[in-house]
Amino acid sequence: MSSSAAVQRRFDLAAMGDAATRRQRRVGNEDDDDDDEEEDDQGSEAWGRAYADERSWEDLQEDESGLLRPIDTKALAYAQYRRRLLQKCAASATSSIQKGLIRYLYLIIDLSRAASVTDYRPSRMVAVAKCAEIFIREFFDQNPLSHMGIVTIKDGVAHQLTEIGGSPESQIRALMGKLECSGDASLQNALELVHGYLSHIPSYGHREVLFLYSALNTCDPGDIMETIQKCKKAKIRCSLIGLSAEFFICKHLCEETGGSYTVALDESHFKELFLEHAPPLPAIAEYATANLIKMGFPQRGAEGVIAICSCHKDVKIGGGYTCPRCKARVCELPSECRICGLTLVSSPHLARSYHHLFPVTPFNEVSSAVPFKVSQKFAQTCYSCQQSFVSHGSKSTPHVSCPKCNQAFCLDCDIYIHESLHNCPGCESRPGSTT
Amino acid sequence: MNSASAPSKLYSNDVSLLVVLLDANPFFWASSAAASGDSASQHHPTAVLSFSKLLNHVIPFLSSLLLLNQFNQVVLITTGVNSCSYIYDSEEGGAESATGKVPAACSKILLRLEEFLTKDRLLGKDPDKAVASSVSSLLSGSLSLALCCILNSSTKCFFFHSYAGMVDLLALDFGVDIQRIFRSGTRHPQPRGSPDGPEQYVAVMNAIFTAQRSMIPIDSCVMGVQHSAFLQQASYITGGVYLKPQHLDGLFQYLSSVFATDLQSRSFLQLPRPAGVDFRAS
Repeated sequence: MSSSAAVQRRFDLAAMGDAATRRQRRVGNEDDDDDDEEEDDQGSEAWGRAYADERSWEDLQEDESGLLRPIDTKALAYAQYRRRLLQKCAASATSSIQKGLIRYLYLIIDLSRAASVTDYRPSRMVAVAKCAEIFIREFFDQNPLSHMGIVTIKDGVAHQLTEIGGSPESQIRALMGKLECSGDASLQNALELVHGYLSHIPSYGHREVLFLYSALNTCDPGDIMETIQKCKKAKIRCSLIGLSAEFFICKHLCEETGGSYTVALDESHFKELFLEHAPPLPAIAEYATANLIKMGFPQRGAEGVIAICSCHKDVKIGGGYTCPRCKARVCELPSECRICGLTLVSSPHLARSYHHLFPVTPFNEVSSAVPFKVSQKFAQTCYSCQQSFVSHGSKSTPHVSCPKCNQAFCLDCDIYIHESLHNCPGCESRPGSTT
Repeated sequence: MNSASAPSKLYSNDVSLLVVLLDANPFFWASSAAASGDSASQHHPTAVLSFSKLLNHVIPFLSSLLLLNQFNQVVLITTGVNSCSYIYDSEEGGAESATGKVPAACSKILLRLEEFLTKDRLLGKDPDKAVASSVSSLLSGSLSLALCCILNSSTKCFFFHSYAGMVDLLALDFGVDIQRIFRSGTRHPQPRGSPDGPEQYVAVMNAIFTAQRSMIPIDSCVMGVQHSAFLQQASYITGGVYLKPQHLDGLFQYLSSVFATDLQSRSFLQLPRPAGVDFRAS
């Protein structure tokens, strides 16, 4: 039965990589059998329908003495966030890490026979496409100066689905348009294709490839080791996210080119691994060349100005941007002027990348059990949201404090500040605090 | 990238949470008060406003917002030169504020503003700090405070409604958040791009992008002499309204007709649009 094979494979994966230690897996047969029964009941009983989507038993956990208690998802999410943050900071604390902000990324999606396996609901291909949509938006949000293209592998041959470009909407539309899978997967063909495209990009850009590989084998026409050496020489950094199992050639490829190889255990883990590739990675020293890059900051045209735009070759009225060098009109930013090749951006696009360069220092945890000095006043409320720390039993809930401005913050604000806002409200509310 | 590319939210009710950032920069208001009292001033008499007259417009505006809908919530945060602080939250006090005792709210606001201003001045007098402290207000600090406050309020409100047994549609759509900024520009002898402090550029842009992601529009009402580039960018990127009123005597009318509109009504109202946006960083 395919369901039992899927379960067996998950146990193997759990025994395998170190990624398993990061997940709290509930041992036991997964949803496959339960799903079938529930689907039958769903149509008939109204009371059954209310509980069909809710699996309340999964929210329970056994503690040390064998009693049941609900899983504290908030503490869990917070612990995960702290781990992620400290990992990031430990890496950058020792030396100042240069990050590649202008990235040219090729997303390679495996649409072979293995992508139609239904261990991810409804099938691997659809789950991958959904996550890819979220990833593409996130990627362009965090890296506004970068470009992305999509390549698919089907029937042993690699096709370029979209050209490398800067518009998320066109990429997503192209991806969702053609989702069918068949045949074998071939790593070498994909690498050869991408190598051909990526050799044309300028030297200040960082060349990256991200594979989403579901198959367990690769059917190559030649020697894949040669192709890997070629990619390494061309400074292309390949990372791979496997959906089935770990295998040697992928690991070798990622190790040689300096990328990362991870295998997903389930859908939410896959999404997590996928989105980890959205923020810029630390640049490898030999690959990053420091250059001065010419960029144009176009002015927006006034309403009512009639011009022929260079991207659509059509008459447009009002709006649009004028290239400062050749005065051609372009419709949207960021883009490249088609006439003179100048990169056109507006300053908010550059500003979006600043938080990668000036991150907020991690806050220190304040433990309520530690005896504090008599002179030190214990913080009562969170500085940013005014939520009270002292709950009914006069026991202070856990909170954190900023090492620079010594203001106290609650855990929700801590996550928000480090993951979305990238500003410490306490430090910003002091005069003379420059980033 | 313009605000039109962000997906627009469909609002099903006109409940709103309004966070007002009031600029209490003493350097500006002092010169403004001097100019308004000066009869021989070359500025048009209605072009300047003193801080007390400003409060005469702002406090009725806050009360009128609370009157528009019983579930509206107003938070007032003030921006000084050395610190930022919460002044007033209409949800505080629970049942007491539900009866809408306006004089009580008014006196509370005035009292806390006074406390804030004395504390702000004391912080500036600290001998460790440089004598010529920065003249620009800490816009980035109050923007960050406001965003955290909105985050916290939206989670709190959800729980309230689901507990009280209201229709869950209301709870989910309660994320109707509006943020308004009242900004006064400082006057400088040399003409500059804007009166905003350039050292705050990165922090302000971070806050603007966070607001854009959470679909919180930032509206700006600028009462200074020059336009503010930061606020123009903020309103443009997040889809809010930017306005520099010409007749400050009638400020309350500007506030209640333009800035009191809730997000659901904005889809069919014609609100003032800026002629151009200044994207410079200084």
